[in-house]
Amino acid sequence: MSSQPVLDVQKLKTYFYLEQELVAKAVDDVSFSVYPGETVAIVGESGSGKSITALSIMQLINKPGRIVEGSIHVKDKNLLNLKPKQMTAIRGNHIGMIFQEPMTALNPVFTIGNQITEMIRKHKKVSKQIAQLKAIELLRIVGIPRPEQIIKEYPHQLSGGMRQRVMIAMAISCEPELIIADEPTTALDVTIQAQILDLLLEMQQRYNMALLLITHDLGVVYEYTDKVIVMYGGQIVEQAPTKQLLSLTKHPYTKGLLSSLPKMDEDVERLGTIQGTVPAAYNFPVGCRFSTRCPFVMEKCKQTNPELLQNDTDHFVRCHLYEEGGESQ
Amino acid sequence: MYQYIIRRVLQFIPMLLALSIIVFGLAKAAPGDPFSGKILDPEVGMEIYEKQRAELGLDKPIPVQYLRWAEKIVQGSFGESITYKGRSVESLIKERFLNTVYLGLFALFITLLVAIPIGIYSARRPYSLLDYGSTTFGFFGLAVPNFFFGLVVIYLFSIKLGWFPAQGTLSSNKLTGFAEFKDRIHHMILPGLTLGLASTASYMRYMRSEVMDVLGSDYIRTAKAKGMSNNNVLYKHTLRNALIPVITLLGMELGPLLGGAIITEQVFNFPGIGTLFIGSVINRDYPVVMAITLLLGVAILVGNLLADILYSVVDPRIRYD
Ligand SMILES: Nc1ncnc2c1ncn2[C@@H]1O[C@H](COP(=O)(O)OP(=O)(O)OP(=O)(O)O)[C@@H](O)[C@H]1O
Ligand code: SF4
Ligand SMILES: [Mg+2]
Repeated sequence: MSSQPVLDVQKLKTYFYLEQELVAKAVDDVSFSVYPGETVAIVGESGSGKSITALSIMQLINKPGRIVEGSIHVKDKNLLNLKPKQMTAIRGNHIGMIFQEPMTALNPVFTIGNQITEMIRKHKKVSKQIAQLKAIELLRIVGIPRPEQIIKEYPHQLSGGMRQRVMIAMAISCEPELIIADEPTTALDVTIQAQILDLLLEMQQRYNMALLLITHDLGVVYEYTDKVIVMYGGQIVEQAPTKQLLSLTKHPYTKGLLSSLPKMDEDVERLGTIQGTVPAAYNFPVGCRFSTRCPFVMEKCKQTNPELLQNDTDHFVRCHLYEEGGESQ
Repeated sequence: MYQYIIRRVLQFIPMLLALSIIVFGLAKAAPGDPFSGKILDPEVGMEIYEKQRAELGLDKPIPVQYLRWAEKIVQGSFGESITYKGRSVESLIKERFLNTVYLGLFALFITLLVAIPIGIYSARRPYSLLDYGSTTFGFFGLAVPNFFFGLVVIYLFSIKLGWFPAQGTLSSNKLTGFAEFKDRIHHMILPGLTLGLASTASYMRYMRSEVMDVLGSDYIRTAKAKGMSNNNVLYKHTLRNALIPVITLLGMELGPLLGGAIITEQVFNFPGIGTLFIGSVINRDYPVVMAITLLLGVAILVGNLLADILYSVVDPRIRYD
């Protein structure tokens, strides 16, 4: 990978301060980097902190949530040190974001054209006419027919798939170095899902952007990504290049996730589907956060939470089984 | 759209017909007529009164009276006032109508001017001092009756402080141009505040909850993620959506505003439809009472139609055809 990452997250902690002194540690000590042109997946069950990680990068965390610690570097700037106004020059311009719900992600009372051009004009300081032409071109690039008409239409006149294409057009409009897509296809028809993902990848290659893809779907991970980050309980539990992670899976949680997939790689070990449910973010177990569900749980697991340690080249695992002197699996 | 409006206006006809029957029925059911309750001159024979009754058509069966009345209305005449001899009901209403319209618009203007900014502020800083203050004022505004609030402001701002006149619409007929305009506004401040009190209170709460809702919506998050400035997010993306229900409510406000004006005008002795209405009720001037009641009905119908039209103007998702 090339020298400098486009995104470098270090020891990020985002907590939600709930009633009665409860603190939901939605993101708890997360570090990772994304390099230029790379596609990185974040996977994990619902509530594992994927979206909050993404929103923290964008600094779009609302009360009662707060980023309590860490650094988020884009180029040489630590975003957490920027003033709110400086941050608006990063969002959309250096990092584009696509959300899960295309049906509600666009403002219902403004035209598609208006919503694309306002963004281009904000970051690129071009005239209305030029922004308009650019918007039409972008819509054509993302495969929307009759773009000259569509820019005059309102979101409710488009289907979910079309709206997600509009969101992609917006995300790429200022040619950011990084695009964060938070489950961009979950809300769409199965038949459309692959089209949208293919489009995202095509755009990524065309503009040589890095892509941080949040997903539930390990099939998508397998097909589209270079690197995988597995999250559980607000923490990274395993991280490795995709091929390696899928063939030499280490963490019991990742193994559990993979077992719920139909045919994957032959080498993938099969375990029963993961028993139990994700503990609430304000009530994690004392030791390993997966210890309440892990089939390999040991005494040690209930006392101390393992560190995320390098286990192999580029392969990181958070599990006592893989620690120095731990039983190997 | 035009077809829709035409269809809606046509639907007014049966509604107004029903309303007119009810209004007429109620007027007839009310005890007495313009002659009862008056101290009758014993010198004048009873037959003279009977003759006058007959002249007014009051001796005919009620359905016949209704048809005669309705026929005249269709021809554009609401008949003659009974108290103001020789004056047509239309001319009486016309004289007062504009005053009431101005007062209503002015009250609405004050309402929006106060309610929208405070509502937005409260939504952005919930549980702040101003938010608590406006909540308290909101309960107060909804709980205190118009006439009482009117008397209080007259006492405070007119009698004690002498800042604003307590009655009328103009200090002098000699004023013209801008001076006249200024004087009219000056006269409308207290009645306008009073008339707008309840709606200010409710619009404020409404605006607060709308803005809060919109601020939490996905498309606001999108706008922020695009890098739009705080002002753009608030004044373009949020406000435009939060105002939709408020603008829609404006049409609905027409009826209640006229209704509220009846009491408020009385308190401020303001020469509008309201004072005319109360005066006519006291004098059993039924032609005037019926005409104003019908007018109120029309105002409510037109207001509702206006609300629907405004709705489709401000919300592109709404289409009528
Ligand atoms: N507004 C909030 N208030 C309180 N807690 C929150 C809030 N938003 C998120 N959390 C906490 O953060 C945790 C992680 O949420 P997040 O949305 O990141 O999960 P996710 O991995 O994106 O899940 P999903 O797959 O369902 O999108 C949740 O379990 C929840 O406890
Ligand atoms: S640390 Fe223990 S409980 Fe946690 S995943 Fe490893 S084996 Fe399971
Ligand atoms: Mg999520």
